[in-house]
Amino acid sequence: MNTASQAVSKQPTGLAIRTGDLNLWYGTFQALFDINLDIKQGIITSMIGPSGCGKSTFLRSVNRINERLGYVRIDGSIDVFGHNIYDAGVELVQVRKQIGMVFQRPNPLPISIRDNVLFGYNLHSENRHASKADKEGIVEDALKQVLLWDKVKDRLDQRGTELSLEEQQKLCIARLLPVKPGLLLMDEPCSALDPKGTEAVEELIWELRGKYTILIVTHNMAQARRASEECIFMLMGKVVEHTATEDMFVTPQNKETADYIEGRYG
Amino acid sequence: MFETSTLNARNQQVQRLVRILFLMMTLFLIVPVLIILGTLVVKGSSVISIDFLFTSPTEGMTAGGIFPALLGTVFLVAVDLVIAIPIGISAAIYLSEYAGNNWLTRVINLAIINLAGVPSIVHALFGLGAFVLFFGFGTSILAASLTLAIMTLPLVIVASKESMQAVPQAFREASWNMGATRWQTIRRVVLPNAIPGILTGLILEISRTAGETAPIMFTGAVFFTPFLPQGIFDQTMAMPLHLFVVATQVPGVPEDLPYGVALMLIALVLFMNALSIAFRAWLRGKKKW
Ligand SMILES: Nc1ncnc2c1ncn2[C@@H]1O[C@H](COP(=O)(O)OP(=O)(O)OP(=O)(O)O)[C@@H](O)[C@H]1O
Ligand SMILES: [Mg+2]
Repeated sequence: MNTASQAVSKQPTGLAIRTGDLNLWYGTFQALFDINLDIKQGIITSMIGPSGCGKSTFLRSVNRINERLGYVRIDGSIDVFGHNIYDAGVELVQVRKQIGMVFQRPNPLPISIRDNVLFGYNLHSENRHASKADKEGIVEDALKQVLLWDKVKDRLDQRGTELSLEEQQKLCIARLLPVKPGLLLMDEPCSALDPKGTEAVEELIWELRGKYTILIVTHNMAQARRASEECIFMLMGKVVEHTATEDMFVTPQNKETADYIEGRYG
Repeated sequence: MFETSTLNARNQQVQRLVRILFLMMTLFLIVPVLIILGTLVVKGSSVISIDFLFTSPTEGMTAGGIFPALLGTVFLVAVDLVIAIPIGISAAIYLSEYAGNNWLTRVINLAIINLAGVPSIVHALFGLGAFVLFFGFGTSILAASLTLAIMTLPLVIVASKESMQAVPQAFREASWNMGATRWQTIRRVVLPNAIPGILTGLILEISRTAGETAPIMFTGAVFFTPFLPQGIFDQTMAMPLHLFVVATQVPGVPEDLPYGVALMLIALVLFMNALSIAFRAWLRGKKKW
């Protein structure tokens, strides 16, 4: 059942996410309107827009976590690596394995750092017989990728929840990697961090570029500009503009985009 | 500028009064407990000995020990737990993790609350009708423990459900996002975090079960039997009922004997609670969670 990841290598569509006329309602309240987005594989795309415009909602529909709320209705299609994830034949667990999500508030589990990193890995039965040495290797590799290894290598048995917020957020990114996702969704991953932590996590995201497709929501214009190659501007549940980041910040095509970038919205 | 004004002085006086009032209410609560415990220890401890614990009552229950009753109560509680733990925790998992917010869930929750409010004598008559007569278990440990289990299930369910719901949603989302199924999330994230709360519920359940008289009186416990229970279809003596009997039903019981029985009943409950607390501490000590 690894069709999704095989598909990545077999048919390089070049698209990580493609939505077709995506509409979403919370009960009777419509939060997304006719979203048609093509998000390219292998690059960092940032998503900006005023509070309440539907950025989190969009991310949460891409990894199908919204459907846990009984009152959400979705219409249209979302293809991830060429597969419609709302198809009847698609297994939710496979979708989630392909897509890792990082939340606004770091949410490490109250277990050791090591167990946090291995949590996702241990879930999947094909990994059940991995040796202890294999697992140590995986922990080291994942923590190195998030630039956390040197800080925590001597205290892997400490609880993940006892780390600083910045380290917690890095740990939350690290624990996604052993599952080998193709796509990372990050919902304001730095907004709970201080400037130094923000800088460190940004550096890390830049470091992960190319290895993973990354879609990052941010309220920080400078961050979007620094850290992404393409940028999406949303307003009131609609996509207003989607272009190369440089173009958006230098020559925005829409008045709303220009207003927002220059700080004339909340 | 900071000297006390009359208004402030008055305020402080009210403060002090309110404080004393609440303190008195609290003392009011503690005093009876202390008196009960004190009386039991003073009057009952002379009766207690190793012999008292490990022999049967003799001479028409006016002498001898309490062993059959002690063993019977341990037996009743154990069988009750074997029944109530799996059912109660499963129900709590369903209500906390699976049930949607719909009329069925509301009906179930309402039923649980009402079940908790049913007087124990009603449970006793239900147990007599259902387990002793209809299912044909006779007056037996099984029938009595089933009755006790039904009576205490709401405690287990509510305590377990609440401690599961207290597990932060962010933990579940983290787990789902790494591809965990609902069940994997429950087993690896929700239950380990909820275990302390669940055990607290079980402690309440044990205390209640060990001390109840009415539900077992018609369903499995007897005044006196010379035999120790051999299996779940046997009748048994039990501590609370034995206490009732020696205190009120048998003439010529030495004055201190009932106090000794009561003291042992309380000691038994405390001992079983201590076991669950130790178990909880041990689980924490395993350091996995
Ligand atoms: N669970 C929910 N139930 C009902 N309405 C919701 C829910 N979540 C979000 N909404 C509504 O949907 C709209 C979009 O919310 P969303 O959280 O996606 O915005 P956002 O762009 O992420 O905002 P922010 O920048 O503040 O995080 C808002 O109007 C919000 O009130
Ligand atoms: Mg948001």
